[in-house]
Amino acid sequence: MSKVSMTVNGRTMTGDVEDRTLLVHFLRDTLGLTGTHVGCDTSQCGACVVHVDGKAVKSCTMLAAQASGSSVTTIEGLAKGQELHPVQAAFKEHHGLQCGYCTPGMIMTAVDMIGRHGASLDEETVREELDGNICRCTGYHNIVAAILSAAKSSGSQAEQPIAAE
Amino acid sequence: MGVEGIGAKVLRKEDRRFITGRGRYVDDMSVPGMKHGAFVRSPHAHAKIKGIDTSAAREMPGVIDILDGQQLKADRIGNLICGWAVSSKDGSPMKMGAYPALADETVRYVGQPVAIVVAETRAQARDAAEVVMVDYEEMPAVVGSEAALADGAPQLHPEAEGNLCFDWEIGDEAAATSAISGAAHITRMKIINNRLVPNPMEPRAALGHYDPAEDHYTCWTTSQNPHVARLVMSAFYNVAPEHKLRVIAPDVGGGFGSKIYIYPEEIVCLWASKRTEVPVKWTSDRTEAFLTDAHGRDHVTHVEMAFDADHKIVGLKVDTKANLGAYMSLFSSATPTYLYATLLSGQYDIPAIYANVKGVYTNTAPVDAYRGAGRPEATYVVERTIETAARELGLSPAELRRKNFIRSFPHQTPVIMNYDTGDFEATLEAGMKAADVAGFEARREEAKGRGKLRGLGMSCYIEACGIAPSKAVGSLGAGVGLWESAEVRVNPVGTVEILTGSHSHGQGHETTFAQLVAERFGLPIDNVQIVHGDTDKVQFGMGTYGSRSGAVGMSAIVKALDKVEAKAKKIAAHVLEADEGDIVIENGEVKVVGTDKKLGWHEVCLGAYTGHNLPDGMEPGLKEGAFYDPQNFTFPAGCYICEVEVDPETGTTEIIQFVAADDFGNIINPMIVEGQVHGGLAQGIGQALLEGTHYDEAGQLVTASYMDYAMPRAWDLPMFKVETLVTACTTNPLGIKGCGEAGAIGSPPAVINAITDAIGNNDLSMPATPEKVWNAIHAAS
Repeated sequence: MSKVSMTVNGRTMTGDVEDRTLLVHFLRDTLGLTGTHVGCDTSQCGACVVHVDGKAVKSCTMLAAQASGSSVTTIEGLAKGQELHPVQAAFKEHHGLQCGYCTPGMIMTAVDMIGRHGASLDEETVREELDGNICRCTGYHNIVAAILSAAKSSGSQAEQPIAAE
Repeated sequence: MGVEGIGAKVLRKEDRRFITGRGRYVDDMSVPGMKHGAFVRSPHAHAKIKGIDTSAAREMPGVIDILDGQQLKADRIGNLICGWAVSSKDGSPMKMGAYPALADETVRYVGQPVAIVVAETRAQARDAAEVVMVDYEEMPAVVGSEAALADGAPQLHPEAEGNLCFDWEIGDEAAATSAISGAAHITRMKIINNRLVPNPMEPRAALGHYDPAEDHYTCWTTSQNPHVARLVMSAFYNVAPEHKLRVIAPDVGGGFGSKIYIYPEEIVCLWASKRTEVPVKWTSDRTEAFLTDAHGRDHVTHVEMAFDADHKIVGLKVDTKANLGAYMSLFSSATPTYLYATLLSGQYDIPAIYANVKGVYTNTAPVDAYRGAGRPEATYVVERTIETAARELGLSPAELRRKNFIRSFPHQTPVIMNYDTGDFEATLEAGMKAADVAGFEARREEAKGRGKLRGLGMSCYIEACGIAPSKAVGSLGAGVGLWESAEVRVNPVGTVEILTGSHSHGQGHETTFAQLVAERFGLPIDNVQIVHGDTDKVQFGMGTYGSRSGAVGMSAIVKALDKVEAKAKKIAAHVLEADEGDIVIENGEVKVVGTDKKLGWHEVCLGAYTGHNLPDGMEPGLKEGAFYDPQNFTFPAGCYICEVEVDPETGTTEIIQFVAADDFGNIINPMIVEGQVHGGLAQGIGQALLEGTHYDEAGQLVTASYMDYAMPRAWDLPMFKVETLVTACTTNPLGIKGCGEAGAIGSPPAVINAITDAIGNNDLSMPATPEKVWNAIHAAS
């Protein structure tokens, strides 16, 4: 067993976990943050993407122990109270989700992508960078539209800070 | 149309919980005392079980119990059923192989469940499952339908000689044969519809909870139709009596057909909870999903399409071998028969059609309905054949289709279906205009200059939705009626709850169903709550599949709203001392037409519940229910046009443009309809270009993860051009046809027709991987 301690959505969280426990299972099973999903077990689908120290990470690829000491943001930590993060709002506005299962990972990936590229993000880059996020419902059309729209209204600067991190 | 009424682009009410991570899927559920189940699954495609030794596994940490097929049998849990009885052409019933929820004597596909381990944690259950020793005696396996029908093939079920489940036919064989024999031109093709794995992003899960205090069972399950699950689990599997079983399908992360069926795992989790007296949760991992979710398609077809000298189709003959997998699934008899061959007339006036379908057992996962369910297979046969015929006859594909379009409605096809309405010329025109077909040859020339092969492919599909008139499907063998139910509960303050038997797993019912109330009473959709997916809340329902929630589910809501409206008007007429016929309800007010007399909607609702001033004899309250049984299927149709560029050096295909021109009848929310089309197109393009399910000769599934099975990713797809045209359906109150499956039905032939046009070789099978395309280019040259 390992003792892990990390900041999750701005709060310090600790727990005793088996050494093999993945970050996603710590978040879901120990902390009850079930917004982060498991879709494939092989780090292909991206339903489990969270931010670790400001970078998008597949939480099924990382041990909880590896994340100990880090700052983690999950989908639950993105909105400021009732105020949606602009990327969340863009997904709703552009109908970028249907069943909602891939959505948390998509949004966390998109926030990271927009943070790095800012308003210069183009369709080709969005599609290329979504390589690690699979959606079976939307055909990606409206996800791409949502991300481009959020990027455009993010202003021109890259490296935009992320809420709660 | 109001701002939130029928036809309005209303943003989805359900989105907030999904975008903030507050969706509640089965694996998110937890109940006190809950333990975890892991299944011991067959590693062999075909083997006898000689014995199961659980002694070492029972000593593993955290193990509570291990249950196998002998115990299941001793507890008289029933075998899995097929809900649609299909007969062979000789009149004999289909041959069902026994399918216990845990195999007790023989396993017939890799992944078939053999035992369940219940343990304190998921990891402990999985560790122990690996230590359960099953003594297998391996037997030869067969994976393809043609091989399974061959002499000397390994035999799966004693009940089904020659692995033949049914040998079914439809249409007039003599008429079709005669038409073909005298034809001026015959196009013959062998067409393979590749096996697909549905792959909703949420893997299946089940949480069974037996409460000994109340002798009551609850099953949370990833289902598209929880009431059907409850009915089947109680009436056929003997897991729990129907009145003591609650089935809840909360947020469900996509289904595409694969979550219609009642699988062994939910039966076993419920039964194991009773045996162990702890709640048992199991969640599939992705490889389990590949191995055990019902697969789709897998047809091998020989087709003959015959034309007279004027290029009119005179006859169509189809011979199909449908791979059913190792066992029958809930609707797997209907999918390759009544949902397939009844659509073989396509958009065309064909006087004689005959189809023979052999349903074949193989040592593979069960095959059942997957988005489109039979109609994609029919469309692929018809649309590839007519496009090939046009090339053989030297006609433009559009011209040959136009020549054969059905132009008057209603139209009775030779294969049961009666199309109520449509305008195939209009969708073809709209598609060709949006795709700029007129400018294609110039674009082809330009691409040639860059060393690329550019091609254009078309598909004019028709499909049948709104399944289905109960009497009609009953006469064809369905074990259930296919109506839908709804209840409208108006609260004393005027807010509205709609309880529906439909189930949303991505379709946006919480929004579109609320739009019906906004349209009817002028209430904001925020005042409307949609309740679904819980057998304790909704009395009964047949669920969501076959694009039926609009055409059937919403029709039931309309019927219930009619009754609520009528009662509200009676109350208002009484209170306002007016004639009932003069009352109108709009913008949340109940008015006497032509006067300033009115009541607020909430005043009428409150009045219904206080009962202080109701007409004599009227019962208090404002709550009405309805069952709606459709009169006919509905027939969405359209024209899809795909433009590709193939790199002859590498065989890679790029989709340059994809146009969809659809006629879905009337539309409730255009944003949601477009989203449904996008998703269907992605799955159809995935089938055409990427998705191949491959079993090796021993029956091992080689493509059992996302590293081996090519799911369409953002990079593989273009932005889509979606156009909608309307001919209103004539057989339901909203004029709706349905839009959920069209994209997956119409797109595969458009893509393959485009690639074969580009490379000049019609002999190309799906998925059209670069290797296959490169070989086809070189075979043609």
